[in-house]
Amino acid sequence: MSLLPAIPEVLRQFLKKPATNLFPAKYLPPSVTEFLQKAAAGEVAVHPPVETPVKFRGKITYDRDACIGCKLCTRVCPAHAIEFLPETKTVRIYVTQCIFCAQCNDACPVSCLHMSGEFMIATENRYSEEMIVE
Amino acid sequence: MSDSKPSYNIPIGPIHPALKEPILFTFKINGEVVEDLDFAPGKVHRGIEWMGMRRNPVQIAHLCDRICGICGVSHTLAFCRAVEQIAEIEVPERAHYVRTIVAELERIQSHLLWAGVAAHELGFDTLFHLAWRVREDAMDLLELITGNRVNYGIVQVGGVRRDITEDQFPKVEKTLAAYEDITKKLLKLFLEDTSIKVRCRDTGLMTRKQALELCTVGPTARASGLEMDVRLDAPYAAYGDLDFTMVLPDQYAGEIRGDVYDRIVVRLLEVVQSMSIIRQCIDNMPPGVVMWEQKYAKILATCKKAEGEAFGRVEAPRGECFHFVRMNKSESPEAWKVKASTYSNQMSWLTMLKNEQIADIPIIVASIDPCMSCTDRVAVIGNGTSGILTKQDLHRLSVEKTRRIQGC
Repeated sequence: MSLLPAIPEVLRQFLKKPATNLFPAKYLPPSVTEFLQKAAAGEVAVHPPVETPVKFRGKITYDRDACIGCKLCTRVCPAHAIEFLPETKTVRIYVTQCIFCAQCNDACPVSCLHMSGEFMIATENRYSEEMIVE
Repeated sequence: MSDSKPSYNIPIGPIHPALKEPILFTFKINGEVVEDLDFAPGKVHRGIEWMGMRRNPVQIAHLCDRICGICGVSHTLAFCRAVEQIAEIEVPERAHYVRTIVAELERIQSHLLWAGVAAHELGFDTLFHLAWRVREDAMDLLELITGNRVNYGIVQVGGVRRDITEDQFPKVEKTLAAYEDITKKLLKLFLEDTSIKVRCRDTGLMTRKQALELCTVGPTARASGLEMDVRLDAPYAAYGDLDFTMVLPDQYAGEIRGDVYDRIVVRLLEVVQSMSIIRQCIDNMPPGVVMWEQKYAKILATCKKAEGEAFGRVEAPRGECFHFVRMNKSESPEAWKVKASTYSNQMSWLTMLKNEQIADIPIIVASIDPCMSCTDRVAVIGNGTSGILTKQDLHRLSVEKTRRIQGC
């Protein structure tokens, strides 16, 4: 079979489960936006996504009460996604500008910043309420 | 193809289905044969160096990850090595080993990605899907270790941000064992297949002398028999402690021809080699911390005090990746210059593509594993002269145009 060595491999593939995870549905819905709206209303079930690993860096979470306003996170943020609010001595994080490097998590002396596992955060409005963490 | 027929020019690009990234080719074609060619890169310049010169080294480390989507860790490593030399920061021993493991995992996934693309360019989509499925295991392992599939964000000035913990080693071991089986299969599928042999043998030839004259780097140079590998020539990270030799195509085929087939051979054998390097790293990993200093305020202060210039060289999957940094006692570097491997390799297209057929253009262009957005520069060419316009030049041109319009 040295002429066509790929043939046995192809035949073997027929018996195996697909390598890809069928997300968000088994077949592509006519409109993904409509499908997600239906899923939010509980009308259709979403095929679950692949589990994220323990160290996964998703949407940032911020513990406002623990923050001491040292501004170190604004100094290490590569994307300038963190804005310091002088009147309250806290920070505001623009998630659409965040590059998910978690550098601020490492730099924070009181560890009030963390990365959650949430990754389905695509949106059309970059200034919507979920996209600004403060 | 008789001489009486006139040759004609075909422009391909900048945006074209056959090209993965924007670049403009102009082929002088006679019949089916490429007589001459020219190419114009510079369509995806993103000004990353400009952005870097307005940020501090801790921030630039993450900017470096985004120079290239595939060899992110190589760029970060090269930049951090340059900054560490200037600021005289000593990286802990264990961090060197973690850096090596991540860099080699990156090489595995990059070479498998390339192998898939090469198969796709040859019209062998079965192999393309197989190579990319196999690549996912390396991506999953990188995600486990670093937290992300791409843009790992693990290397930082002074060490690495995340250690490989004890509970991760069994998973690394499992993936490596799986790869040992699958690489044997991949070697057979790629290198013994008649259709690949027919298309790639003696296609896109480049001799050792040409490779040397054109300053090619990485697998492109090694496939032509040029012995150069930064990991061995100027060892960095933990490579100095490890036992490995340079991969040359004659180790498989018994001869060096410098064609596309040899480039496939070199890259696939390097996947096998990378697994042995990761094994050695895991076996010899010293205990200890992985960061020179945990407090970022101190890293920032040390970088701010640093003065001097240095360059960092790293063997990226595509070849040598070179970063030059000059610091002058300020928050951000005074100068930062990036030379990605494609910048050195792209001139070899002129040699390789000459006298080849149109149908072979995609695979020969892909054979150096080009990465245009890592490479692009801004250069202005006009009236047969080329040069880079400074702010003063632009101002002068603007003033001249205003005067011309006003007619004075």
